[in-house]
Amino acid sequence: MALVVNEQQLNDIESVLQNDIIDLGVSCVVLIDMAGNILASRDNGSKKHDIYSLAALAAGNFGAVSAMAKIIGEDEFSLLFHKGKSENIHFSKIMTEFLLVTIFSNEVSLGFLRLKVAEAVSRITEIFSANGSP
Amino acid sequence: MAFVNPKTREVQIKIVYYGPGRGGKTTNLEYIYNKFNHRIKTDLVSLKTHGDRTLFFDFLPFDVGKILGYDVRVQLYTVPGQVKYDSTRKLVLRGVDGVVFVADCMAVVRRKNILSLKNLYENLSDYNKSIFKIPLVMQYNKIDLAEKGIPMLSPQILEKDLNAQLKAPSMVASALTGLNVIKTMKKIIMLTMPTVQGQLK
Ligand SMILES: Nc1nc2c(ncn2[C@@H]2O[C@H](COP(=O)(O)OP(=O)(O)OP(=O)(O)O)[C@@H](O)[C@H]2O)c(=O)[nH]1
Ligand SMILES: [Mg+2]
Repeated sequence: MALVVNEQQLNDIESVLQNDIIDLGVSCVVLIDMAGNILASRDNGSKKHDIYSLAALAAGNFGAVSAMAKIIGEDEFSLLFHKGKSENIHFSKIMTEFLLVTIFSNEVSLGFLRLKVAEAVSRITEIFSANGSP
Repeated sequence: MAFVNPKTREVQIKIVYYGPGRGGKTTNLEYIYNKFNHRIKTDLVSLKTHGDRTLFFDFLPFDVGKILGYDVRVQLYTVPGQVKYDSTRKLVLRGVDGVVFVADCMAVVRRKNILSLKNLYENLSDYNKSIFKIPLVMQYNKIDLAEKGIPMLSPQILEKDLNAQLKAPSMVASALTGLNVIKTMKKIIMLTMPTVQGQLK
């Protein structure tokens, strides 16, 4: 079995990633599934990251954090975020199968980013639902 | 679950190397990485302990070229084989498209091979996948040790222990010398491709 997303959906998703996330000043955003596959990505051209490794690690990390949440009796942690000296990374789940990974510098405030990511997540959810698939 | 991108005409397939601890899963990926170094643009990602045991997974993306006009990218993963790491092992299986079961030919680990295969069966079932249906290749690894006089399990015994019902394609191998390592990988890709081919147009 394969996950199929049609071209229109991918175009729509990419424009959400570009307009709602990258245009904020974010350096890189990647939409992945929980198996670690990349569905779409966008960056501002400033740095080239190894997004395939990033996707595999993000999916694994998200799985591990969710499993920890269950052990301590939580459904899920609401904020998944790693802070570095200049770069930060934020994870947001989309429905049950997808994850939006955002890499951004300190020039973007976390609060603003979370707001924009939440908007993008609901747009992407709509795009996925529109066609009845996946 | 493989991902087919109709826009970039790219297919991503997830292959997991499964099997008992110290069986040679990581060594398989290291061999592939070293052999195709010039073609692989990224590093082999290894999450391991100080003692070189896999803690979470190894990851190696690999471009296999065009199949039916699609660029096929295989994502190779290994699981941690040690019994105690079952929760992380299970996470790595999520969305798996094909499995290589790396069994260890040394006679002393006969039982461990069987238990690991049983564990694969259970963990796949938890994802509603059947070990009988998923593309699977059996690799009987460390065959080079036969020359060193180490007590070994013959391929016949391994077939009987592990493959009597599954009847998956199987081969002896040596991840250390590279014998049949690439052949194993090609075999699992060949078996896995048809499962996504229906989605390619
Ligand atoms: N002689 C011989 N040794 C091997 C072979 N394959 C692996 N080894 C050795 O066996 C040991 C364990 O190999 P790994 O590849 O780390 O095993 P693994 O299956 O990844 O083990 P875990 O990560 O604990 O699950 C290492 O010392 C390898 O060098 C082989 O074909 N022949
Ligand atoms: Mg290993």
